[in-house]
Amino acid sequence: MLVRVDVDVLTRNNVTVSGQADSQPMVFAHGYGCDQNMWRFVAPAFEDQYRTVLFDFVGAGGSDLAAYDLRRYSSLDGYATDVLDVVRALDLHDVIFVGHSVSAMIGVLAAAREPDRFGALVLVGPSPRYIDEAAYVGGFSEQDIEDLLVSLESNYLGWSSAMAPVIMGNPDRPELGAELTASFCRTDPEIQKRFARATFLSDNRADLAGVRLPTLVLQCADDLIAPDCVGEYVHAQIPGSTLARLTATGHCPNLSAPAETVAAIAAFLDKGPDLASR
Amino acid sequence: MTPVSHDDAAAAFYSALADDDPAELYDNAPCGYLSALPDGTIIKANATFLTWTGYDRDKLVGRRRFQDLLATGDRIFYETHAAPMLFMQGMLREIAVEVIGASGLRLPMLVNALLKRDDDGQPQVIRAVMFDASERLAYERELVSARRRAEESEARVRVLAETLQRSFLPSDIVAVPGLDVGGAYRPAGDGSEVGGDFYDVFQTGPQTWGIVIGDVCGKGASAAVVTALARYTVRAEAMHVSSATAVLTGLHDALVSGYPDTFLTVLFLLLDQLPDGYRLRVATGGHPLPLCRRADGTIETLGYPGSFLGMARTAEISESATLLRPGDMVVLYTDGVTEARHEDSFFGEAGVTEVVGASAGRPAQAVADAVVTAALAFQHGLARDDIAVVVVKVPPAGLGQPRTGPGARA
Repeated sequence: MLVRVDVDVLTRNNVTVSGQADSQPMVFAHGYGCDQNMWRFVAPAFEDQYRTVLFDFVGAGGSDLAAYDLRRYSSLDGYATDVLDVVRALDLHDVIFVGHSVSAMIGVLAAAREPDRFGALVLVGPSPRYIDEAAYVGGFSEQDIEDLLVSLESNYLGWSSAMAPVIMGNPDRPELGAELTASFCRTDPEIQKRFARATFLSDNRADLAGVRLPTLVLQCADDLIAPDCVGEYVHAQIPGSTLARLTATGHCPNLSAPAETVAAIAAFLDKGPDLASR
Repeated sequence: MTPVSHDDAAAAFYSALADDDPAELYDNAPCGYLSALPDGTIIKANATFLTWTGYDRDKLVGRRRFQDLLATGDRIFYETHAAPMLFMQGMLREIAVEVIGASGLRLPMLVNALLKRDDDGQPQVIRAVMFDASERLAYERELVSARRRAEESEARVRVLAETLQRSFLPSDIVAVPGLDVGGAYRPAGDGSEVGGDFYDVFQTGPQTWGIVIGDVCGKGASAAVVTALARYTVRAEAMHVSSATAVLTGLHDALVSGYPDTFLTVLFLLLDQLPDGYRLRVATGGHPLPLCRRADGTIETLGYPGSFLGMARTAEISESATLLRPGDMVVLYTDGVTEARHEDSFFGEAGVTEVVGASAGRPAQAVADAVVTAALAFQHGLARDDIAVVVVKVPPAGLGQPRTGPGARA
């Protein structure tokens, strides 16, 4: 197999490496909608003990939009290739993969393709399928997803004009600086729509049973995107997985309840010896 | 109108302000106000919002989250885009949503919001202001669909341009026995507009072949009509007259009678096969002269310029003849090559001469491609005008010529 490992991947995916250089790596993957800044309040908590790796998928955040390939990114497999490219470029092993939202499943796909590179999975608000099907409840209908695409179009006009940096708020608050405000959660609307399709029309239920890694499923309360029953489904399908329910509500506990999110991940990782003996 | 003094205006303003009761201002403001907990639970709503949406205060406050009031698509957008932005940058601006009212009716609104944090930096309350955006939304939908229509229409025009353009060039250059012929073309810009360049290679008699290259003035549909006329008129004329000049005279007459407002430049070549090479006759109507590279490496231009065709009542068409021997090569091109421009300098005949000079031993097609590539590189990849190149080469002696190609119809 031809593996091209080069610094280009680090630039292409806007990779940020922090923490302890010789420690076990934690790779944080952002979900659909935003970029690696989603981990801004969570990843630093692990820098004392781990080597933390953050990146943007091609098409998001500070990635190289010129590297966006229509066919590659039409399915989650293409995004899983981004994860593997980053992991190979840094030659990481025993990776603790932390994936939010759709990235939870992207991590499952990546780990299945190169199991030797991965040591554990942390799935934050995972959903293997968003659309209801027979007895399976994903929370959405196909029409809902079409409506999302309309919603993206309605917010498309604001896209370019909203690019102008806006300086607001108190500088000592943990909010983004003006330079990040300009790009956070905003990208080419066509790319956004394609990522939405790849995300919300995916069906990765069959991939769950194959997961052999120690896995933590983090489930929020009142999560409209990944409802409780979906978290339970993921937990039931991944052999030996741990389900942790957060009191945080919504779909982004990494932003709305970072302390609780950090504590839940740390509690899982601190059981390290148990995990290793599996 | 009577001018109002600055003082009077200020007095009127303060008097109006004094009458504004803040509670009344909040409740009946010309926009909806919502306050919510960081998780979206509504804790306060003004009368305007309740009137617009038809909800009872009791059924909303403390019971529903803001995102629960949104249509599903918007709800996903809120969770995946808007809420992260709110937490990360403390504010939202001009988010377009549809709020589902008590009756189930969808109300298009624009939302601006702020996230207020407490002294410890913890999220405390979301304050949102909502504007009725029915008209704006309808307008935006129009814009979005207009953009989509424009994109579709552009794609159709591109296909049309490419199809037309292809019809001006031979899909496969016919094989001429004992000659190596190649052609290359590159449209101007992004290729969305039909250019006026054309060329053709065809047999006119048992031992005679015609080659034409031309450039119709202008672009687009009107140029395309004349280009098609020119290409087929040359073919038709060449079948029943025996001199190159006569072919171009026929073309000139057809232009003057049919399309008096247009003109073109053209080169027409007749090649007669001889035992030791080819006799070449060149007729020129205002076109850049062909370059001839002899087997010994010397380069010369062939023929005399002549006048544009279709412009004046009569055209001056010049004709000259030469003998092509094994190893000789003739390069025809349009002005898109010589007028390729970078800042103040032009690619020019010198540019073509340089490429042709360095092309010894290369097949005709490779030379044609090399001229196009060099002219394109000179203007950094963006062609301002169409570029067409045809190369005719008599293979060096001993390469089995004269040979009979599949296209030979004796």
